[in-house]
Amino acid sequence: MIQFIVEDRDGTRRPVEIPEGMGLNLMEVLKASEYNILATCGGMALCATCHVHILEGEDKLPPVSDAELDILDTLPSAHANSRLACQLRVEETIEGAVFQIAGEEN
Amino acid sequence: MITTDICIIGAGPVGLFAVFEAGLLKMRCHLIDALPQVGGQLSEIYPQKPIYDIPGYPEVKAQELVDNLMQQIAPFKPTFSLGERVEVLEQQEDKSYLVQTNEGTQVRCQVVVIAGGLGCFEPRKPEIVGLEQFEGKGVGYMVKNPELLRDRRVVLAGGGDSALDWTIFLASVAKEVTLIHRSDSFRGAPDSAEKVFELAQEGKINLILNSNIRAIHGNGHLQEVIVEGKDKVQSSLKADHLVALFGLTPKLGPIANWNLAIDKSAIKVNTEDYSTNVERIYAIGDINTYPGKLKLILCGFHEAALMCQSAFKYVYPSQKLSFKYTTVNGAPGF
Repeated sequence: MIQFIVEDRDGTRRPVEIPEGMGLNLMEVLKASEYNILATCGGMALCATCHVHILEGEDKLPPVSDAELDILDTLPSAHANSRLACQLRVEETIEGAVFQIAGEEN
Repeated sequence: MITTDICIIGAGPVGLFAVFEAGLLKMRCHLIDALPQVGGQLSEIYPQKPIYDIPGYPEVKAQELVDNLMQQIAPFKPTFSLGERVEVLEQQEDKSYLVQTNEGTQVRCQVVVIAGGLGCFEPRKPEIVGLEQFEGKGVGYMVKNPELLRDRRVVLAGGGDSALDWTIFLASVAKEVTLIHRSDSFRGAPDSAEKVFELAQEGKINLILNSNIRAIHGNGHLQEVIVEGKDKVQSSLKADHLVALFGLTPKLGPIANWNLAIDKSAIKVNTEDYSTNVERIYAIGDINTYPGKLKLILCGFHEAALMCQSAFKYVYPSQKLSFKYTTVNGAPGF
């Protein structure tokens, strides 16, 4: 199992557990876990509505791709720890990380 | 006033295909879209992305699909109001609808079809204290008429293509141009970025990198922009105009005020004909929701076909609908 923590917009933190090898990205897992995320473009790194801040565990994550940076740059609220949940695969690199939901509400 | 049979709100792939299905039943359509071009998400967000699940197309680029749909519906002579947002739906005494846009366009129709996808694309607004109170008073999210910025002090914010392009254009129009960007590199076209750096070196524009706008001040009209660098040091800029160019984001918009049953930003429909809880108003494509809903273009096409069969009774109340195949009847236009 892969476990990580999600902090919702109101500050509540909840652990999320996902079996390994499901081939899902973080956006899909957050949506399936009933988090209020728009994910307009469906995972193409085009809309930035699945924006998350990495509060802990940033160093273990794979680097940001150019396509992801392109879109993050259009976000006025982006910080140095901003990522698009749809571009993060749910695998051991995110074990123990803390994600804060930052995208617009549905 | 425009008079038509069906007014379709949203000119994405599903709205466009609804024109075809309506045309087969001799119903005319007028389409309204908040974007300046047809195609919805396909043209606005991912025109060059290939789509693999359109029946009959092993692979088709999003814009190519839109172009083909426009060709397919051309015989039915649809009319369009683009760059306009529908604000009000008003039922008339004879049960027909009057649809009104923010630009004052009025459409009289028997049936309203909402094919609004994810809602209207609206400018993404940065989190700046006091921003909204200066909207239209110096603060804007697009450059509609650059002449209005002639000889003024203009601050642009953003790092994409539109921020770069407008910086270059306004450098020779405005009295003073400042571009503020949160990082030190631009993701827009490299040529444009290079040009912006050149203009900054020549002193023709001010370029403030690694910075964000924190606050704005004014007295009835924008006068000052407070910029904060990564080092948390704040500085003040005198400005007449601020244009924040951070792309577009979809919002449900006025649809939420039309007394329709809504569930999580989607309109609830009856899957028999994709009708809403309000008579003569249908919702098809990504904007609707029902048990088992899949947000796929091909599902939206199916919904458009069934919707038209049902809408026929409002357009031709005294006629009996007989179903015909295009292989038998062709698709005779108007």
